[in-house]
Amino acid sequence: MRINIDSQIPIFIQLAEIVEDNILNGIYDEETQIPSTTEVAVALKVNPATINRGVNLLVERGIVYKKRGVGMFVCNGAREKIRARRRKAFLSDFLQPLLEEARNLGISKSEVIAMLNGYNSEETNQRRSADE
Amino acid sequence: MSDIEIRHVSKAYGKTKALKDVSVAITGAKVYGLLGRNGAGKTTLLNILTNRIFADSGEIRVDGESAMENDRAQAKIFYMTEQTLYPKNMRVRNVFQLTRGFYPSFDLTYAHALAERFQLRPESRIGALSTGYLSIFKLILTLASNAPVMIFDEPVLGLDANHRDLFYRELLARYQAAPNTVILSTHLIEEAAALLEEVIILKEGQVLFARPVDELLQLAYVVSGSQENIDRYAKGKRVIREEALGRYKSITIYQPCSSADQEMLARLGLDQAPARLQELFINLTN
Repeated sequence: MRINIDSQIPIFIQLAEIVEDNILNGIYDEETQIPSTTEVAVALKVNPATINRGVNLLVERGIVYKKRGVGMFVCNGAREKIRARRRKAFLSDFLQPLLEEARNLGISKSEVIAMLNGYNSEETNQRRSADE
Repeated sequence: MSDIEIRHVSKAYGKTKALKDVSVAITGAKVYGLLGRNGAGKTTLLNILTNRIFADSGEIRVDGESAMENDRAQAKIFYMTEQTLYPKNMRVRNVFQLTRGFYPSFDLTYAHALAERFQLRPESRIGALSTGYLSIFKLILTLASNAPVMIFDEPVLGLDANHRDLFYRELLARYQAAPNTVILSTHLIEEAAALLEEVIILKEGQVLFARPVDELLQLAYVVSGSQENIDRYAKGKRVIREEALGRYKSITIYQPCSSADQEMLARLGLDQAPARLQELFINLTN
């Protein structure tokens, strides 16, 4: 785990995103425990109150839940929730910056689409064969 | 943890006014950063709080009781000073023992465990310790004190990067195990920024700021882009920092960013970033 103190994104949001990434990647499985506030605070050298804000954000989003006296656990269905929320944000978070950069570089929309088509098929083929 | 209330404290050394009517509250289990440039009055304030010197006027209360010549209030505070007051020929382990006599809650086992982690030999004599190891020795005493209020004055003075890292981790681990009131007085703001929940900034003997770090950082932001657009944007705003590299310019604006400002930023194609504690500190205390 690595947070960027200089980033434009507040630390507690970065933290929530890292935990979400790990849930999506299957590093933290649903219904399993995630590291405690103490562990994370010490590992990242960040005030525990900041870590708690990140955790509370995840609780609000229904991604993790607190078990009193035990710790934090990943909710059932958390992965699907993260996917759904991020899909909604995909346009503004990824597509918009991509198209802006393309415009800056003078790459036309159709060129972008052509690139995507080429890239996409290669990638999915590789993924599929790796999965099988 | 304890609540410390500092009310209208003033102190002068001859003609030099070290503290001018300082009022600030330090409450509950939080990590406070006490920041200020050299001579801002940090150490004077801490020395008055811990009865090493006395204020000319004003008072300090610890959990409602006067801190002045009050053993019960003073027993709640462990202060890691810049100076060392232990006899030079005393050994580290003897000081651990001695400290336990004064502070019954002192955790001897933890002190020795920390000494091992920092590779401080308990047999070493205080007078033979290097600057770095003297800091380590004192920060171990403070961490192991179990006092409701722990004050660290320049805790990482002379420490190498590994030991500084270890200190920050140990501090947080201990704080989490038994939350208390921690006051960190340091010049290494960048390093300590993420550890702090509240900051108190002193300037020329007065409190410039006392607020949560988050709130302080929301008071300012950094904008960068082409010089013309930056200048256009900055018109009428309170700019506390300017930096130009050719036609590129970056400024720090000391006022919240309104939604109208946001729109203007987008229209002018300027980049916006949050202010950093260190930067803000430098510009406000200059």
